[in-house]
Amino acid sequence: MIQTKAKTGLVFFPAFDWAISATHPEREERLLYTQDQVFEEGLLDVEGIVEYKPDLATVEDIQRVHFCFPDERRVITESHLISAGGAKKIGIEVMEKRIERGFALVRPPGHHAMRVVHGARGFCNINIEAIMIEYLRNHYAVDRVAIVDTDCHHGDGTQDIYWHDPDTLFISVHQDGRTLYPGSGSYDEMGGPTAVGSTVNIPLPPRTSEEGFLYVLDKVILPILADFKPDLIVNSAGQDNHYTDPITNMCFSAQGYAELTSRLRPHIAVLEGGYSIEGALPYVNVGIIMALAGMDYSKVKEPDYHPEKTRQSIDSTRYIEKLTAVLMETWEKSAEVRDKHRASLRFAKRERNIFYDTDQIYESQRENLRVCPDCSGVLAIHSDTDRGKQIHAVHIPRKACKACQELGYEWFDSSRARQYDGVFLQDRPRDQYVVKELNNK
Amino acid sequence: MIIGLDVGGTNTDAVLIGKDRILRQTKVPTDHSNLFESVWTGLDEITRDVPPESISRVVLSTTLTTNAIIEKKLAGTGMIVCSGPGIDPELFRTNDHYSCVSGSIDHRGREIQPIDPGEIRTLASRWRAEGLKQVGIVGKFSVRNPKQELEIKEIMGEGFDYIVLGHRLSGNLGFPRRIATAYLNASVHPIHRRFFDAVRDSLDKKGLQIPIYILKADGGTMNLESSMNYPGQTILSGPAASVMGALPFASENEETLVLDIGGTSTDMAVLIRRTPLLDPVGIEISGHKTLIRSLKTLSIGLGGDSALRLVDGELRIGPDRQGPPMAYGGPAPTPTDALIVLGEVSGGDDRASFTGLKSLADQLGTSIEQAADRILNQVCRKILETATQMITGINSKPVYTVHEVLEDHQVKPQEVLVLGGPAPAFAARFAAMTGFQVRVVPQWRVANAIGAALAKNTCEVTVFADTERGVAVAPEEDFSQSVRRDFDKQGAVKLAFDLLRKKCIKQGASELEVEMEVLEDLQFNMVRGFYTTGRNIRVKVQVKPGLIPEYREIAKTLFDDHSIPGTA
Repeated sequence: MIQTKAKTGLVFFPAFDWAISATHPEREERLLYTQDQVFEEGLLDVEGIVEYKPDLATVEDIQRVHFCFPDERRVITESHLISAGGAKKIGIEVMEKRIERGFALVRPPGHHAMRVVHGARGFCNINIEAIMIEYLRNHYAVDRVAIVDTDCHHGDGTQDIYWHDPDTLFISVHQDGRTLYPGSGSYDEMGGPTAVGSTVNIPLPPRTSEEGFLYVLDKVILPILADFKPDLIVNSAGQDNHYTDPITNMCFSAQGYAELTSRLRPHIAVLEGGYSIEGALPYVNVGIIMALAGMDYSKVKEPDYHPEKTRQSIDSTRYIEKLTAVLMETWEKSAEVRDKHRASLRFAKRERNIFYDTDQIYESQRENLRVCPDCSGVLAIHSDTDRGKQIHAVHIPRKACKACQELGYEWFDSSRARQYDGVFLQDRPRDQYVVKELNNK
Repeated sequence: MIIGLDVGGTNTDAVLIGKDRILRQTKVPTDHSNLFESVWTGLDEITRDVPPESISRVVLSTTLTTNAIIEKKLAGTGMIVCSGPGIDPELFRTNDHYSCVSGSIDHRGREIQPIDPGEIRTLASRWRAEGLKQVGIVGKFSVRNPKQELEIKEIMGEGFDYIVLGHRLSGNLGFPRRIATAYLNASVHPIHRRFFDAVRDSLDKKGLQIPIYILKADGGTMNLESSMNYPGQTILSGPAASVMGALPFASENEETLVLDIGGTSTDMAVLIRRTPLLDPVGIEISGHKTLIRSLKTLSIGLGGDSALRLVDGELRIGPDRQGPPMAYGGPAPTPTDALIVLGEVSGGDDRASFTGLKSLADQLGTSIEQAADRILNQVCRKILETATQMITGINSKPVYTVHEVLEDHQVKPQEVLVLGGPAPAFAARFAAMTGFQVRVVPQWRVANAIGAALAKNTCEVTVFADTERGVAVAPEEDFSQSVRRDFDKQGAVKLAFDLLRKKCIKQGASELEVEMEVLEDLQFNMVRGFYTTGRNIRVKVQVKPGLIPEYREIAKTLFDDHSIPGTA
């Protein structure tokens, strides 16, 4: 009889009837071989592994996280609600202590979805981890959350949503943005003025192997987690760092992913990308499930696994060591920088252009943050798209002070509806989402 | 005329059914130490003075293999397990003679590592020397490509009575379950063969050369020859007999909970519009999780003869049976004694029931009647609670498509059918405790044997095609053929139906019984680079459990309450 060390929950939702398009990497076939491997290994029969049905996420769940234009229903499909609902289900089961750890093995993914959503970016429409986390924050005593994103692509959506939130630590390990979509995730992207340090980016050179990933895990991720002391650790478990992935250039392995999971000990893992559907996903997913459950994964290996063939170069090792030193130095100084911003700034502006590669939309954004001495600060976003749509959105953060809450409403009330196609208010302290009645432009 | 015989934990029931009515029934106590005697006595009584040529079939449901497993009286078996990467196969060890050998097939059915013939030859000669007669050979993903299991069997050579290959047992995935299934089939094989050879011989001696069918756990029948190949399918056929007996009375447009209250245990099952719900994976018995197709049933150790006792002032019912109720000379009070005390059933020595319950009532500080009432309510509550849990389990089964999630069909039985010894008395209580429509299956005492008699053949076939590799396989059927690029789901369904029809007929079904349906038909475009390179097709078809067509229309009248000769 096989028994797990940690009771582990699994939501498996391969969405066998949903695809972005017939030959898109995000297609029906993606988790087919993973399902075969998980079923054939008999993992669902292991004492201590429980499979759950996904919940369906609601529009309210999305509204805690996103400003969707024109509205939630029109930027998603049912499959997104199930995928987000799968993550939410695992979150609930962990919080209810019915399981110790859980894995939402779901698709479509979400980590490229930012706070404002005009369409799909990087195969993502809504951010399934953020939707789960904000749901849990509303329903359970969860405050500090760490998200460790181990997808090969920078988790720019999650970074954007938590850019100004000092209570959410976002750490992304990814292939260097100078060589891969979406291009962001440089080591000096560290969070907004009131949340400096709560965003940590670890861009690794192409062809980084087990050695490099586990090095930054031990030397950067685990020490920062120990300092941050999160109530909950979430792993955005993308699997495209694998040496066989067709759209990336890294050299990670099933053994490496299992070892990383075992050392990271996330409460919740959520599948993100990973498009080597035959050579990697079946083995990586089995490895992750077994590592979460505390089972012996030493025999989980790809048929063509030869670590000596994929070992990273000495140059890469040196580069990663240097990067580690810089990151740790930055982390130690982050509180100081935050205080300096608070002392010197009243408002902070940020301007960006965002490209929705999946839906071919160009968006330009202007952000205005109140650099508040008492809270993380109220945020206003002005967003324009090349389709001629303009929206104005106000986000009052979860722990906003009274002044920021009032300012948020002032901004919302004074926003001239006639000027915009959409005016929105996300009031997190009251858990409310308000859409301004619009007159025709 | 046809015969049904069902060996239960307490009694063995047999019925003789004529063109439109039950002609005879008999009930003999089950002797677990001599099951053959119980079966033979039942058959002997039911066929006495019946012209042999007028009997067209006999269906047997026995506890033979079930008991052999529960009592661990299993024959020595050598297990060869071929795993490749994944969970350490040593963790799935079934018995002492269990060897993990080289060889590996991946999820698409490609050979990753060859087998090592020397290793197999060494095992074969060692096991021959040790006198092992049964062998199970199981490979991971052998249902996608049985090559290595076949190669190993070839090398094993002569000198073994029974060699079972994993891919023949089920088309479903689940390597650990495939190992357990192969082990159980192999290790019950000799006892099954000896037993049914004896039944066959004894019938022959009596001049009764009747076709013999065996009931399977999925509520279907197969002929004796097929059962010799895969005796594992007979494990846990008991609950299936009762479910099939309840079938004619279930509503055609509702969902039904079936409760079979026996002496030792209560079995429950669910019918969806008169079709029994199947277990999605396979039976579990004595810690073995298998791929053996089965009705979705749940059994709890709670029945009319369960022993009653007080533990720390709390009333405990079962799970053991110490003997018959006190009214029939048993050592401990039972729920049946409580029914006798309340006058809800009659029979036996009611004074013994009163005496037995009195001491319980005294300790509980209540009257005897109150104690009896409390006992029966507790039994019913426990049964209903367990049924609710089973239904919750059925409804929480995950689904893997957007369509199914949104549809989210929830099983909610609106009626309950009760059968087994004390059925009427319990039915009244269930009705009072729930809002369900509760009915007693007519002829509730022998409905299980009637169910066995009327059950038709069931079968399942799985076809897996991979047009990029250019193959279609139906592992259970020992079938493999090359397919062209344009092979598709329709082609696979047609192929599966052809194979299913052949399988049914081979298992002794009549043409009329072959009513086929598609359980699963999935087709995936395989895309490599940005080009479609093939199709991955999975099709599963079945003949679902039901009653033999000749009796379907008149099944209900069979049960009409006319007096039936026999020892009721």
